[in-house]
Amino acid sequence: MPDQLLFAMEVTLNGLMAGVLYSLVALGFVLIFKASGIFNYAQGVMALFAAMTLVGIQKGQVPFAHLINALLGTEVHHFGWHVPSILAILLTAGVMVVFAWIVERVVLKHLVNQPDIILFMATIGLAYFMEGFGDLMWGADIKKLDVGLPQGINIAIDDTTFGWFGYGFFIDNLDIVATVIAILLVISLTVFSQYSKQGRALRAVADDHQAALSVGISLRFIWVLVWSIAGFVALVAGIMWGAKSGVQFSLSLIALKALPVLMLGGFTSIPGAIIGGLIIGVGEKLFEFAIGPLVGGATENWFAYVLALIFLVFRPQGLFGEKIIERV
Amino acid sequence: MKKNLMTLAIGATMLAGPALADLTFSSLSYRTGPYAANGIPFADGYADYFTLLNERDGGIGGEKINLVECETGYNTEKGVECYESTKGTGALVYQPLSTGITYQLIPKATADGIPVHSMGYGRTSAKNGEVFRNIFNYPANYWDGASIAVTHLADLNGGDLSGKKIALVYHNSAYGKEPIRTLEELSKKHGYELSLLPVDHPGQEQKSQWLQIRRDKPDYVLMWGWGVMNQVAIQEAVNIRFPMENFIGIWWSGSENDVLPAGEGAHGYKSLTFHNLGQDYPLYDDMKKYVVDAGKAAGAGDQVGTVLYNRGMYAAMLAAEAAKTAQGIHGTMTLTPAQMRDGMEALEMTEAKMEALGLPNFGPTFNVSCENHGGNGFGAVAQWDANAGQWGLITDYFQSDQDVIMPLVAEDSSAFAAENNITAGCN
Repeated sequence: MPDQLLFAMEVTLNGLMAGVLYSLVALGFVLIFKASGIFNYAQGVMALFAAMTLVGIQKGQVPFAHLINALLGTEVHHFGWHVPSILAILLTAGVMVVFAWIVERVVLKHLVNQPDIILFMATIGLAYFMEGFGDLMWGADIKKLDVGLPQGINIAIDDTTFGWFGYGFFIDNLDIVATVIAILLVISLTVFSQYSKQGRALRAVADDHQAALSVGISLRFIWVLVWSIAGFVALVAGIMWGAKSGVQFSLSLIALKALPVLMLGGFTSIPGAIIGGLIIGVGEKLFEFAIGPLVGGATENWFAYVLALIFLVFRPQGLFGEKIIERV
Repeated sequence: MKKNLMTLAIGATMLAGPALADLTFSSLSYRTGPYAANGIPFADGYADYFTLLNERDGGIGGEKINLVECETGYNTEKGVECYESTKGTGALVYQPLSTGITYQLIPKATADGIPVHSMGYGRTSAKNGEVFRNIFNYPANYWDGASIAVTHLADLNGGDLSGKKIALVYHNSAYGKEPIRTLEELSKKHGYELSLLPVDHPGQEQKSQWLQIRRDKPDYVLMWGWGVMNQVAIQEAVNIRFPMENFIGIWWSGSENDVLPAGEGAHGYKSLTFHNLGQDYPLYDDMKKYVVDAGKAAGAGDQVGTVLYNRGMYAAMLAAEAAKTAQGIHGTMTLTPAQMRDGMEALEMTEAKMEALGLPNFGPTFNVSCENHGGNGFGAVAQWDANAGQWGLITDYFQSDQDVIMPLVAEDSSAFAAENNITAGCN
């Protein structure tokens, strides 16, 4: 088999894996948009905050330590314990539920019946608040995330493909784990929304707020629920991306990777977020591989947004989004 | 009541405003935003050194130091706003800590007669002081860095790099592209094959670049990165099992922040530097006594001795030494920015001087002159020891290839002078 074809196959596989990571971020956006029509600008910052909280809890870091020390003249930094990863993840998920409840009580409750743009602006404010709050709570240093996820080349795939083609493919173990987790997440979300009472209520709210309210569904409960789930998805995305780069402010910028995925897959479709992510992932990697060297490289972000723009022209609702027809 | 409020307002304004008799230094810092993890230790080091001089020595030449810090968030527009809002404080010199901000300040600061010190960043050809009268970039610049890396690799290969493959992984920005021309010139001289791998901002996704490195199998990889790009690149290098001792970053890709997330895998990674590392220097005893233990540290005191803290402190030390030189030249303890510029242009950093400061061998020795605002282009190579959790120098300071660098500086600065109708010269 020609080398270039082998390389292209390797790039495609890695593109699929990268696409899964993009999808993980996009999922959080879709959940909130689907249930409340809000484009949650703070989703990236939620991933950052969740990851910071996870590391903080795991390492027994005292929240607001710098502030406490500055105000009281103390020298407290750590509680002196180390929380096991699983427990730390569960506790962080709990923190994200509390966060969702606070967002509903402090922000969303007061903006019921306001235009979507007001809610969008509120999430921008929330993002800026969370950025500062997260730094104040856990510090701005780069934290190593260690929850036992495997990283580095998968030897089995490397050996197997070498046996087949004489060239071993590189697949990152972390990407494989991310793929498995993303599949489990999507199955769980699907089962939850199809078969649970709360899930059906969530779908009812997504279809029609007024009708859902008229049959006694609590909009406020649904908002807390959906922001909690989005918070959990943000935690998963934060873990996966944080394992690659350490937990740091830049994690909030992963939202930039989700936007073209959403434009492509549609803002209201969970399968759309997955398929969109895979298309963007494979497309940008193959484009960079085939065309990048001819035009100076670094084409990935450019390609993702151009592809999304092309889809906007021909299919504004995205591949799987709902077509909204408004009569004038 | 109104009168009381007015008095209070005037009093507050007087307290908040600059004390004009002080020596005012400006710190364009970034303690927030995507690069805060790097901005905080630098800003702490910069501030703590001046605090030390105030507390231990009563300032510089008996004049207290007034440090005016302004938050840029590493954002060029905010950086320019900071400059505009603080230049009225009588700031003697600006340390923009951003290549983008430096580029914007070059015409502004030149027009205002305020010197700018872009230490190891900014516009490389500002080394030519005959064109860039108010801009200084000593002790080394990006082109020096590129040359120092290549010289180090040549040393490892018995002086012969012919047939070797070197890849440059760089941030796809003006900063990241800085070394390309120099590396291309050096490839003609040394006979190595150079490949260029740009990374999109911010650099969280670099799979394509590292798959290409895995396929092409370069002998060495150089990196011009910043922020998250560094951490991801080092992790990706670990993932593809690239030999870390063959991976060298510029000095902005070589702090603890860059290597710690990759854990033990980062062991052996190299970085360039133009100052020394750690805190095994007499000056740090004073820093602990007068600043940290006295509760006067700029931050939490937890950054002391880190690479970027040392760099900030080194920048402040160079500013203070230039101020002392200016005081000597002009025979006055209070300084104007123009006098400070003269001091920077006459700065001589000798080993004796550094030893007297309690910082023996902390940086290279160099002289600044009208013709040369960039020092002598000396740098060293450091290596990360993951087991000890610290950086250590593995070479002495050595000079970049001036035969290659100086013509490039002359060419670029001449073009700038022609574009901006600047008559080069020292008068």
